[in-house]
Amino acid sequence: MIRRAVRFLDRRAGAAPFVRKTLRYVFPDHWSFLLGEVALYAFVVLVGTGIYLTLFYQDSTEKVTYHGPYEPLRGQEMTEAYRSVLNLSTTVKAGLLMRQTHHWAANVFIAAIVLHLLRIFFTGAYRKPRELTYWLGLTMLLVALLEGYLGYSLADDLLSGMGLAIGYSVALSIPFLGANLAALIWGGPFPGTHDFFARMYVAHVFLIPAAIAVLLTAHLALVALRHHTQFARGARQTERKLVGLPMYPAYAPRSLGLLCAVAGVLFLLGGLAQINPIWLWGPYHTYSSTNGAQPDWYLGWLIGGLRLVPSFDVVIDGYTLVPNPFWGGAAFPLAVFLFLFLWPWLERRLTRDTAYHNLLDRPRDAPGRTAVGIALLTWVFVVFVAGSADRVDVLLGLGYQTQTWVYRVLVFAAPPAAGLVAYRICGELRAGERVERARTRAEREAREAAG
Amino acid sequence: MRTLLVALALVWPLPAAAAAPPRQVEQGKHLYGRYCLACHGANGSGVPSAPSARTGAGPGRAQTQQRGLGPSLHGVGAQAADFYLRTGYMPLESAHKQPRRSRVLFGEQEIDALVAYVASLGPGPPVPRPHPERGSVSEGLRLFTDHCAGCHQVVAEGGYVTGALPPPLDAATPTQIAEAVRIGPYVMPRFSNRAISDRQLDSIVRYVDYAKHPDDRGGWALGHLGPIPEGLVTWLIAAAVLVAVCMVIGRRLRSGEG
Amino acid sequence: MAKARPSPKDLLIAAVVLLVGRRRPRPRLRGRERIVPQGPPDRRAELVVLALLLGSAGCAAGFVAFYALDRLPNQTQLLGASLGLSLVLLAAALVVTAKRLVVSEELEHDYPAEEHVDEQLTIEQIVDESGDRVTRRRLLRLGAGAAGGALGAALITPAVSLGPVFDMDRFYGTPWRRGRRLVDERGRPYRADEIEEDTLYTAFPEGADREELGSSLVVVRLPTSALRLPRENARFDAAGIVAYSKICTHAGCAISLYRAPLFQPVEPRPALVCPCHYSTFDPARAGAVTFGPAGRKLPMLPIYADGRGILRARGNFDEPVGPSWWGVRLRKPSP
Repeated sequence: MIRRAVRFLDRRAGAAPFVRKTLRYVFPDHWSFLLGEVALYAFVVLVGTGIYLTLFYQDSTEKVTYHGPYEPLRGQEMTEAYRSVLNLSTTVKAGLLMRQTHHWAANVFIAAIVLHLLRIFFTGAYRKPRELTYWLGLTMLLVALLEGYLGYSLADDLLSGMGLAIGYSVALSIPFLGANLAALIWGGPFPGTHDFFARMYVAHVFLIPAAIAVLLTAHLALVALRHHTQFARGARQTERKLVGLPMYPAYAPRSLGLLCAVAGVLFLLGGLAQINPIWLWGPYHTYSSTNGAQPDWYLGWLIGGLRLVPSFDVVIDGYTLVPNPFWGGAAFPLAVFLFLFLWPWLERRLTRDTAYHNLLDRPRDAPGRTAVGIALLTWVFVVFVAGSADRVDVLLGLGYQTQTWVYRVLVFAAPPAAGLVAYRICGELRAGERVERARTRAEREAREAAG
Repeated sequence: MRTLLVALALVWPLPAAAAAPPRQVEQGKHLYGRYCLACHGANGSGVPSAPSARTGAGPGRAQTQQRGLGPSLHGVGAQAADFYLRTGYMPLESAHKQPRRSRVLFGEQEIDALVAYVASLGPGPPVPRPHPERGSVSEGLRLFTDHCAGCHQVVAEGGYVTGALPPPLDAATPTQIAEAVRIGPYVMPRFSNRAISDRQLDSIVRYVDYAKHPDDRGGWALGHLGPIPEGLVTWLIAAAVLVAVCMVIGRRLRSGEG
Repeated sequence: MAKARPSPKDLLIAAVVLLVGRRRPRPRLRGRERIVPQGPPDRRAELVVLALLLGSAGCAAGFVAFYALDRLPNQTQLLGASLGLSLVLLAAALVVTAKRLVVSEELEHDYPAEEHVDEQLTIEQIVDESGDRVTRRRLLRLGAGAAGGALGAALITPAVSLGPVFDMDRFYGTPWRRGRRLVDERGRPYRADEIEEDTLYTAFPEGADREELGSSLVVVRLPTSALRLPRENARFDAAGIVAYSKICTHAGCAISLYRAPLFQPVEPRPALVCPCHYSTFDPARAGAVTFGPAGRKLPMLPIYADGRGILRARGNFDEPVGPSWWGVRLRKPSP
């Protein structure tokens, strides 16, 4: 049977050499190499559940009155978009499961990318010849953030509507062309024309997924062409030789198992843990708001930035060059991403290391890089945590205004401190290993001498 | 016969219009002297300025530094006394902090006495009697979103406003909700029945009652707080589980395996 | 002897054999060296995998059953649990297969060449030699650049139709005009004497689109003695009633929080607060920022009470409404 299928494929597509190479492609065997796949499989779940949702969602902002089964909203005015999501959540069988799975998958997708990025960064996998792969990955992270934001904004509920207004204000705050750009995207000042939701919809279900698919294909192709990196665990792993598991029969079932595990966890969450209960929030109006509104976690660093920047607009002679939201909402994430994009080049300049690298570093073996990475991570993390300072006040009674000042100091003080600590820890760990190695060597020599 | 009827007509409304029994008011005055006088002044006239060194007796006044400032209670009526005492807002646990729901120092009878005393300090609103069953949940959600959600969060989980913490409403009884809306305690705005009619208040009370156990058809509600607990679940549950799965799958080859 | 007619049983067997095919013996790949190393069987693992697969099938069937039932309480939970569990069991089956039913071998593989210098040179040569016929290289390159650039710009130009990119007037306009009545969400006009202290009211221009940023107002009454309006905002109030844009000048959220102290001596002063980033505005001082990141004061609408006591606008806001952009301080809102 197999023979017939293979023969068919090879005779018609000439694919046998390619399939043979693929079957025996070698994967390094360390669990951290699976993180990228977790992201990939979360994307698969996103596309699958997403297609289902598109069959029910209406991207129209026409106002309608609700007469459905959910009592607290009966008689309320809302957009068709919101009503269609309400419908999905209350009337369509398995609709809420698909919606929640889709949303959990989005959260997990970006979390997996971040974990994967951390592994790439702290082991130096982005070095020559893999800079392109790294940049493609960073671009996918950026695009995924936008995609998630658009996705949950499509529901037009109170929370995401407030988030859209804030996104509008950040666009508006871009020097020189902010207002014009916002007018372009929204079709005028906020809330814009009826076209806006249609544009968000097309971007979210077609343009951006297509972009991600292209970037992903290029990313995976480059990984395969250059082959995976590996940790140097024994004498066999070298810069020239990759040691690991073949795709078939060893790796494929592992990878398929991971796909099923990711999908399984996401569906379990989708059914058992409520996420974005839009029927509780109610529909969005520009004149409505609620306390405790937050963006999804992957944009939490932006709300922190927006809250921490002190009150000032940069005004020159009546011309408002930099409105306030720019710093926390645009400049901050731009700086982080710019740094990440430039890092391979920066590291090459600082270490004068232009060699090819197929072997990975343990974080402790590259203390400078580890320190820089920890510092950047700390910077983002402090701002991120600052974004929920009000709920911390509600929960623990730590005054919000005091917290704001503390975070304003930490934002500058914590990253260098954390970087320094990381640097020292790396040094200590390596010193400990050197001592250990010397000791075992001495013991061995002593034993040999004793005979 | 006619005389009897006239006499009855005169006597009939009297029990309703009569103030609380003088003994209750007297007991209330005595309690007031112990627990409230220090900040609310003699006869409820208030202490608007100049913190004094006065400290009152009683457990509520066990703090070392009393500011001794408090508003006048003339005309606040049974409504305010009933609210502050039954929720434990008063006596203030800590003079420096915002009044909030806490321990109720007094028993039923003592509260009645204090309420009677405060009501006697001047004509004021009685304890309201809301009728949530006459209200509509959907009207309540709309009104709550318009007037209350900004501070208390749309599902009444509480929140923050600069300098104060609007509390969650899960422990609030219908009467207390009605009282708070009409009084506007601490920095909460107050809404008379011209701003929010009694019928609208019924709807709001009905909605707040619903919000205590809202429709959580999606599963574990995560406190109805939205993205913050959702993010925690993403990292502390989903990511943790999936990393563990990766570790199990990717476990290094040892000799003899496979 | 005569051939007997085939019985129905024979016909059935014949049909099955025709479809499925007789089991042919697997041709031995003679003479080829073994590629995948041999490993011992693990019959217990096979049973485990089988059990997991059957469990997965059972859960999937459960999913279909739960779906089919109407008005099932907690249906979403049951659907999610069954489908999720089915996938998790399948995952477990695959992982056990990977670890116990197939060999996990360690292979060595050479990394591909760092570069292919020969090919690079060949490519360079091809491109180089192909351009031999051209004499005016730089000029043609400039021409190509001009054509490509202009064509690219032309192709992007229709994107400008997406919005009024150059018409900034819309950002300054609001529905408020002199004499426009302030109404509530039901469309009922507000009377000055129904506006009470310590209460927050939301108002809209009569007949206008409520969703427009320039429409919604917050209205509060302060004792006239408490007002500290600057000169530019003198007479903006209606005997202590002040009206401000409801849209925060920081990031556009609706200002729905009003700090109304019951007892001023110990409590924070009256303030309008935005729930998004807690920008705090002082209603007594024409909306000045007292806390939070807003870089601009809250726009104030001048109002008055007409002959019948109904609140009306005296004109437009003193500043454009909504979040700031480059031109927000260059002009006042139109009339």
